[in-house]
Amino acid sequence: MPLYHTDDQAMLKDSAGDFMKNEAPVSHLREFRDKDCKDGFSHALWKQFAEMGFTGMLATEEDGGLGMGNTEAGIVLEEIGRNLTPSPFLTTSVVGVTGLNHASKDMRDQWLPGIIAGETVLGVAIDEGPKFRPTNIAMKAERSGNGFNLNGRKNFVVQGASADMLIVAARTAGSAGEADGITLFAVERDAAGLSAEAARLVDSAMGAQIEFDNVEVTADAVIGEVDQGADVMTRMLHAGQAGASAELVGVGAGAMDMTVDYLRERKQFGRTIGSFQALQHRAAHLYSEMEIARSTVLKAQQLLDEDDAGAPLMVSVAKAKTARAVNLAVREGVQMHGGIGMTDEYDIGLYMKRDRALAEFMGDANYHANLVAEMNGY
Amino acid sequence: MSDLETFRSETRAWLEENCPEEMRAPVRDEDDVFWGGRNATFKNDAQKAWFDACVEKGYTVPEWPTDYGGAGLAPAESKILKQEMARIKARPPLSSFGIWMLGPALLQFGTEEQKLHYLNQIARGEIRWCQGYSEPGSGSDLVSLQTFGEDKGDHWVVNGQKIWTSYADKADWIFCLVRTDKEDKYRGITFMLFDMTSKGVSTKPILLISGSSPFCETFFDDVEVPNDQFVGEINRGWDVAKYLLGHEREMISGMGGGGGIGSLGKAVMPSLGEDAMGRLDDPLLRAQLAELDVEALAFKAMAERFMDELKAKKNHPATPNMMKYVGTELNKRRHELVMASGGSEALEWESEESRGGAKARDWLRTKANSIEGGTSEVMLNVISKRILELPDA
Repeated sequence: MPLYHTDDQAMLKDSAGDFMKNEAPVSHLREFRDKDCKDGFSHALWKQFAEMGFTGMLATEEDGGLGMGNTEAGIVLEEIGRNLTPSPFLTTSVVGVTGLNHASKDMRDQWLPGIIAGETVLGVAIDEGPKFRPTNIAMKAERSGNGFNLNGRKNFVVQGASADMLIVAARTAGSAGEADGITLFAVERDAAGLSAEAARLVDSAMGAQIEFDNVEVTADAVIGEVDQGADVMTRMLHAGQAGASAELVGVGAGAMDMTVDYLRERKQFGRTIGSFQALQHRAAHLYSEMEIARSTVLKAQQLLDEDDAGAPLMVSVAKAKTARAVNLAVREGVQMHGGIGMTDEYDIGLYMKRDRALAEFMGDANYHANLVAEMNGY
Repeated sequence: MSDLETFRSETRAWLEENCPEEMRAPVRDEDDVFWGGRNATFKNDAQKAWFDACVEKGYTVPEWPTDYGGAGLAPAESKILKQEMARIKARPPLSSFGIWMLGPALLQFGTEEQKLHYLNQIARGEIRWCQGYSEPGSGSDLVSLQTFGEDKGDHWVVNGQKIWTSYADKADWIFCLVRTDKEDKYRGITFMLFDMTSKGVSTKPILLISGSSPFCETFFDDVEVPNDQFVGEINRGWDVAKYLLGHEREMISGMGGGGGIGSLGKAVMPSLGEDAMGRLDDPLLRAQLAELDVEALAFKAMAERFMDELKAKKNHPATPNMMKYVGTELNKRRHELVMASGGSEALEWESEESRGGAKARDWLRTKANSIEGGTSEVMLNVISKRILELPDA
């Protein structure tokens, strides 16, 4: 498969790009931040996502979805990133649906129609500390009668307080640090004993700390196999990591475009600042880094869609590389804008904030570089 | 089976039969590379057998038309051949500036006669070529070239000096930028070809910090060049030169991916040892090596995308400049880490065990990557002006 978009994918990019730009540009994020929306995203927009066919992209046709791949989801995510569009797309339609694709038919029937219709939102509850360590799960799920009894606490659940259902990773065996013994559960948001404390994050999204106090679930709530949840979780993580990388590329591209436009028009010392070689070279370096980052994301997504054995390595390369490149894009963006880049009124700072949140999501650059070293045998 | 699948299995069988075991190992040094030419000698029988088989099949230049010594492969077939060669770590049968640089320019700008004559010679490795671009005082700024060719009717008389002519002392012929109009400094350049044994040509190797001398100073003293030995139009040598530089940049940038070298971290693991967790026992070096692996794999993805886009004619014409910039900077970074990983052993300069100080010499050699073929700074200028369209000063 050539490493560029097919004609169909290019068309999807155009329509997703137009949609985000027209329906949810950066001003949309500002509006939702300023009115202090408790969910941090627009439910009406989520319905529009459904009308565009985005919500069920990764669900199979048998389940009423479009049966598309990570590559297509990545195209939508890049446009989301470019426009800083707040939406549950990454957690619900990419990570959540990837998980549900490995769930029972009953569970898929219960949740997928609502997701595809743009009515249902999912949360993904894995992290228990400030850094992403997916096997360091201590939260307990103990057998209780026919089902399980959940106790523990989860951090950084994006949109966790407004989600209809949470996919929760808990430990049914083993101890923190081991991949074996993790089980995935679908837990309804209004389950007794579940409480969520939401707080606005730096990028204006709502993140939640979720407390599980003797939450009872039935055996039907298990996704995949008991004790073997790491398999499905890993698939969810790969989709989420590649997806976050795609969104990051959009964030970086949006920031770079703003910055290069600014270099072309801003005058100092009687010249446009874009004519100064010191800034030209930094902009050209940034452009190069962004092109490389973009290539890693497309390669990772293609490998995931082909279920290629090399996909995990490339997913980590993509997350590590995009995190570095896009961090450079937003830092250069604020610096090259000068004082105006520090003002809330100007959009470039919003790109810096979204970059920080996505960089942390499902493993930062160091986490993934470490995985690359491990996969390469040192 | 699709045509391409058939091609893959046939290629695999052909390689199995024709690529000797000794030729299935990464190139370590100059000795492992066959450059062809009038005075060429083979290192061993395996090198000769592999070269002969590839010439016969057109695989020294797989994408060139069969009339010119190639195999006439379509881009998709050529990609498969590359993949299959990489799979068994097959060495290139022939390394040649004729293949990488002059050939593509002749295919684009040469007359039919020139193509039949020169391209076949290049494909069969008969003539070793060198490139005469730079002059003292004209490195990245080629517009200031001084070497002059005076029109004498049925021939030119060329006078001047070139510098950084790679392997000029070993080359049979030179492709050369010669000023043929002193008035028009931007256009008055002609792309000439001539025999290095012509009367008045002399060369002198330049000793580098790596202790070797791959480059020469080359002097032209009343050299007579027949007037049919130019490519493209008279005074329009820039068109040819720029096209060729694009290919040179692709070639140099290709080194950044590390070729078949693989993960440096893994390679140094046995000599540096591991900690209780089974990790390289030097956490900060390990972190740097991990970052290098990320960058190298990322660059490899970029290189794949670049080649795929190039074949589909989807890339920006200045993309080779970007590839050259990032590829050479990455290669320098890799060799800094090769030295850091080798520790005091990497300092050896002459011992047998170090293969004549290969690590240290290679490290020093890479410093030229971001200078030769246009400096990194010139590449960044091109990216900022032609891709980002930033204004002139």
